[in-house]
Amino acid sequence: MTAMIDVTDASKTFTMHLQGGIELPVVRGVTFRVEPGECVVLSGPSGAGKSSILKMIFGNYRCDSGRIGIRHRGEVIDLATAEPRQVLNVRRATIGYVSQFLRAVPRVATIDVVAEPLIAGGMTRADAQARAGELLHRLNIPERLWQLPPATFSGGEQQRVNIARGFISDLPILLLDEPTASLDAANRAVVVELVAEKKRQGVAMVAIVHDDEIRHLIADRIVDVTSFAAAA
Amino acid sequence: MADQDLLETDQPLLVANSLSKSYGRIGACRDVSFSLYPGEVLAIVGESGSGKSTLLQMLSGQLAASGGQVSYRMRDGVTRDLAALGEAERRLLYRTDWGFVHQDPAQGLRMAVSAGANVGERLMAVGWNHYGQIRESASDWLTRVEIDVARIDDAPRTYSGGMRQRLQIARNLVTGPRLVFMDEPTGGLDVSVQARLLDLLRNLVAELHLAVVIVTHDLAVARLLSHRVMVMKGGRVIETGLTDQVLDDPREPYTQLLVSSILPP
Repeated sequence: MTAMIDVTDASKTFTMHLQGGIELPVVRGVTFRVEPGECVVLSGPSGAGKSSILKMIFGNYRCDSGRIGIRHRGEVIDLATAEPRQVLNVRRATIGYVSQFLRAVPRVATIDVVAEPLIAGGMTRADAQARAGELLHRLNIPERLWQLPPATFSGGEQQRVNIARGFISDLPILLLDEPTASLDAANRAVVVELVAEKKRQGVAMVAIVHDDEIRHLIADRIVDVTSFAAAA
Repeated sequence: MADQDLLETDQPLLVANSLSKSYGRIGACRDVSFSLYPGEVLAIVGESGSGKSTLLQMLSGQLAASGGQVSYRMRDGVTRDLAALGEAERRLLYRTDWGFVHQDPAQGLRMAVSAGANVGERLMAVGWNHYGQIRESASDWLTRVEIDVARIDDAPRTYSGGMRQRLQIARNLVTGPRLVFMDEPTGGLDVSVQARLLDLLRNLVAELHLAVVIVTHDLAVARLLSHRVMVMKGGRVIETGLTDQVLDDPREPYTQLLVSSILPP
């Protein structure tokens, strides 16, 4: 296959044991592919299961059935059945995830939060920080904040730090969960630019974007999640 | 980085096979099996009495199993059954390739001798005999665990709880172990001290490519430090998987209860 992501008939149900074993079907029959250099946007109302699908592709939520085929270092790995070690390897080398909220370790300076994925990938601290600085600069985080931990930043600033951290690596797959939710117009434009650059580098992306304008600007294809509604 | 390929190709470091421990009719630990790979951090979580400490003691060779076995790949690449090791071999393993961080630093340190000697002792046990080099290595390690080198000649009983715990970590890591066992390492500490220690541990574990088995009842500690989690209840492993998977998408009723009992940050 040439697709980077090949999801076939994946389904997910939550069983809430603490609420008397209620079953909450989330999605079923999820099937779509993403080619290199393509950005697929998941659409559908809140609660339709968009974030759950993203988390299934990242291996964060387990699938009840179906297949999450990911092209990793030239081979296809099914994340729905992969061993934890394989999932971690796929995350290190193949899939990046930009969540809505920054989950940073206390005490770590912003510049290092952003540079960390590159350092973990073997780059020297100085080079990684230089690239982190460039991205922070593009995302309009003033240099005087770089040495501070992002915990005290505003919501929008934290999200931009998160985006910088998510976009800094050269991973072939990126999952974006509302990357522009709390950004102003100028910074939304920067994100659109960053996504376009990733496409030119052949990165396959799956995004959730509520803003219609941004969606038009980044989407190559739209997958309507309501067709995977699992309500029995 | 190097560790990616290591993770993909390496043989397991520690393998537990159907480990059990019973006290008369009480099964403290039943049929636990798993493999731990170099650089991998495994958290064992569960409440008091779930069997997690019993398991840790069996894994680290401090308690004989009633059934099953633990094998370890020694530095020479040969995998050995721990129960078949001679006393001298086992002691050497403890002093060099393994570390054990106790919840109470007083158990892992000699409280009346200097901090420098606490760290240096492990080096002397493996044949270091040059005072200058030992002292230099000890100062280096104190710095790495953020202890002021000016305190090197003070005994740990003059240290705060957080400093003692950091000293215990330095003492364990000075011989370059590949595997470190930790039993509630942040257990008795203030929250602010805990955060600092966790941050330090997290960096050291990644930098030194350590394999770690950590017992904790604190899911936040498991989330921050571990790659994989085993949830124990009544002596059995009831759920296991990638840490974020188990914590974000828990399947078993007991795991759901544990996760739902965390206060939001």
